[in-house]
Amino acid sequence: MAEAPLLRLTDVAKRFKGSRRGAPHVQALNGINLILAPGRSLGLVGPDAGGKTTLMRILAGLVEADRGEVEVMGRPVANLDRSLVGYMPQSGALYGELTVRQNLELYARLRGLEPGDSPERMDMLYRATGLSPFTDRAANRLSGGMRQKLALACAVVAAPPLMLLDEPSVGVDPVSRREIWDLALELAGPGSAIVWTTSILDDAGKCDDVILLHSGHILYNGPPEGLAEEARGHTFARPLPPTSRRAFLQEALERPEVISATMSGKSLRAVCRSASPPPGKGWIPITPEAEDGFARMLDDGLPLAPSALAAAFPLRAAQPDRPAIAALQLTRRYGAFTAARDITFTVFPGEIFGLLGPNGAGKSTTFRMLCGLLSPSSGRGTVAGRELSSARAQAREAMGYMPQKFSLYGDLSVLANLRFVAGAYGLIGNKARDAIDRVVNALDLSSFTAQMAGLLPLGIKQRLALGAAVLHTPPVLFLDEPTSGVDPLIRREFWHHINAIAARGTAVLVTTHFMDEAENCDRLLLINRSEAIASGTPDDLKRAVIGKSDPTLEEAFITLIEAQGKGESEAA
Amino acid sequence: MSADDHSAGRRARAIRAKEWAQVWLDPSTFGLVVLMPLILMILFGNAVSLDVKGSRLGVVDQDHSAASRELVQVLRHNKSFSVIEGPALGHLEDGLKDGSLRGIAVIPDGFGQALIRGQPRDVQLVTDGAQVNIATFLTGHMRGALRDWAAARAAEGGKAAPPVLEIVTRYTYNPGLQSRFMLVPGAIGIVMAMIGSLLTALIMAREYERGTMEGLLSTPITIPSLVLSKLIPYYVLGLGSTGICVLVAVFGYGLPFRGSIIALVLIASAFLAAVLGQGLLISAGTKNQFVSTQFALLSGFLPSLLLSGFLFEIDSMPRAIQWLTYIVPARYLIPSLQSVFLVGDVWRIFLPNIAVLMGFGAFFFFRVTRAIKRRIA
Repeated sequence: MAEAPLLRLTDVAKRFKGSRRGAPHVQALNGINLILAPGRSLGLVGPDAGGKTTLMRILAGLVEADRGEVEVMGRPVANLDRSLVGYMPQSGALYGELTVRQNLELYARLRGLEPGDSPERMDMLYRATGLSPFTDRAANRLSGGMRQKLALACAVVAAPPLMLLDEPSVGVDPVSRREIWDLALELAGPGSAIVWTTSILDDAGKCDDVILLHSGHILYNGPPEGLAEEARGHTFARPLPPTSRRAFLQEALERPEVISATMSGKSLRAVCRSASPPPGKGWIPITPEAEDGFARMLDDGLPLAPSALAAAFPLRAAQPDRPAIAALQLTRRYGAFTAARDITFTVFPGEIFGLLGPNGAGKSTTFRMLCGLLSPSSGRGTVAGRELSSARAQAREAMGYMPQKFSLYGDLSVLANLRFVAGAYGLIGNKARDAIDRVVNALDLSSFTAQMAGLLPLGIKQRLALGAAVLHTPPVLFLDEPTSGVDPLIRREFWHHINAIAARGTAVLVTTHFMDEAENCDRLLLINRSEAIASGTPDDLKRAVIGKSDPTLEEAFITLIEAQGKGESEAA
Repeated sequence: MSADDHSAGRRARAIRAKEWAQVWLDPSTFGLVVLMPLILMILFGNAVSLDVKGSRLGVVDQDHSAASRELVQVLRHNKSFSVIEGPALGHLEDGLKDGSLRGIAVIPDGFGQALIRGQPRDVQLVTDGAQVNIATFLTGHMRGALRDWAAARAAEGGKAAPPVLEIVTRYTYNPGLQSRFMLVPGAIGIVMAMIGSLLTALIMAREYERGTMEGLLSTPITIPSLVLSKLIPYYVLGLGSTGICVLVAVFGYGLPFRGSIIALVLIASAFLAAVLGQGLLISAGTKNQFVSTQFALLSGFLPSLLLSGFLFEIDSMPRAIQWLTYIVPARYLIPSLQSVFLVGDVWRIFLPNIAVLMGFGAFFFFRVTRAIKRRIA
């Protein structure tokens, strides 16, 4: 006899009232059927606002379904024994001012584990998360990756049979992302089942099963390999020339036959609507990946239009002698700690420059110094030829900035936020209206304009933030983790816009944790432990990986980070 | 004790420990609990005063007899008044209107003659009815001055025969007739109302705003246990604030403390149960720290100040407003506090008030547990 399922959902539906009177209801989930056996792992993927978080909250007993049956461990979810469920909300639910130990012990006791009685489990949690040296550090002073690990540990401290993890790997670097997945498996008890939502299909690929949620419906339910199979026969690749790579990508993306296209090392990959390659020479069939299947299943049938966001940008001539952004030995110290040391680079108009590095390495510090949000301890920076130390206001006028954390007004509507930003950059009257219309249409925000910005799903917030940053068509664009928490298709659209904006002669400085995205950059700077450890084109960085032909940028990233670690321990 | 009770107790303890740690790390709590009571007590104790010491009193002597001149001299020497003489009532009435005079005493024509005949005539006192408390204090002082004057004349063997009938007022419990004695216990009530509702107004809203509520609700802790565990630390802090206020009252302002500590603690506890519950309900209802603070001030501080009988006599309010005062917790606290300081343990007053306040507390607690749903969206 088969084991009793841990989760059984039958025809579950949930809808939410419109946020304003008269606004239509939002159907968050509809006709959801799902069975999860003990010991299995389930990846929940899908576009933003697809219903992933709602489903998780229903499983955690925090949202009541309107219809259908929800059984957790054989009982209706209304009688849920909460000590058997470890739920990690998207926010992490950590108390930032409390220490690592205080957070972990609080959740341990709340979840029925007395830390004093179970020293082995506590030791194991500290060791597995790598938090042992930081037990007395305030949670909000941890790096992003460490914070996620702590939140995960707090959720599953008692090794519950059911682990519900909502976006545990959002906003963390590739190294930490691997570690978080391993950590979840290590912390799980024997027979624990894991439900894991993610916008990163790589993560979902590690699960036993994958569910693809779209507009409240299950589009796919099966093994992750099956997701890739959905695109079998529809994926092709062709070599890319060393120059004007992005122009080739743009051209492919705008073809009606192509659903999605990405750059991968020296080649261009495309997912096509039909089983024949796009026109042009050199296309060869390749093995599909989960993301390709995702793209095919969510295909809306429309070709990607040329970026309307970029079209509004004035064409700015490249001036090879005049950098749009220059960092000269930028250094920032906090007491004895140096957050960024001697960072030097230049970005020219029309160039996309990527800052890479693990969480807490000094990327954001560098970024914030160049945005004029943080004064350097030494060194200097210029933006659009304006000195940040003496002409900060003029420099700011010339830049669009998309911060890592959502920094618009949560209690204002999307439209009110855009109006505010337009006004702040001196756009008034028709100019403001046109700019807002353009952004709303280009980023598909029209169905959200009346909603409160703070209540939007993560990915929609990111779209709004990008829109706000480009309203005034600045010559310099700063994007700090623009695609964090955004689903794969929208990520490609984001990059479609970014690439097109750069093609108009705008300089773009971007940080990202997605190495496939970093392929879009002309040049990269890898920062680790407050220092620049490598720089150059994506291909330059990949040369660090020895003994593998056509390595991925992610492999290069991990190799370079680990090489620095080794170098330092040998020197010590 | 079953295993379930055991772990429920642990969970409650864990929440309390967390609240204490947050209080400890948050400097604003210290400001709220220690500095604010001090500042408010200093303000209320000094700036707000209904005392008539040196009150400017207009005097009209229509008689110009030896007796009336003597009376004017007595008034001039009385420390409660600062006398300004005028030829007629009409000359001084403007002073009453613009507030430069607190009252006008009129010594009628024939005052001296009547006195000699042994039929004393009344002295008229015109006061500002808009300042009821001041008017009352002024009347009292005037009466006292007249009595002193009469007694002095009698002692000198003069002809001021004692009146046939006289009201003898004895200012029990507040012989110096200092308004501060009445105001300071009231001020303590206001401070407690403000601190109580502000302390808790933030704590639930903060959990919602930061998203930690979702984490807490996903654990097995029950909602009554969560609410109670969050209340207890703030109850202790509120008692601490009360203690600071009482110390300032006794050692700073020289109030007597005629009741017992146990009575004070019981009254304060009952009141804190009501206001902390009120703050918690606001907090859980708004889920927003800013709105919550505004609401706490509006519904906690202002009604306590205006409708508790602290500054304005409830008896002289319109009937509808009088009814409204019954839902202001401070109304039940301030009379008890005044008794504890000035009179002693009057359980006949304390017990009904404590019962009503506990009722408020229970009501709010019940409402809070209903307002916090295990629902996030």
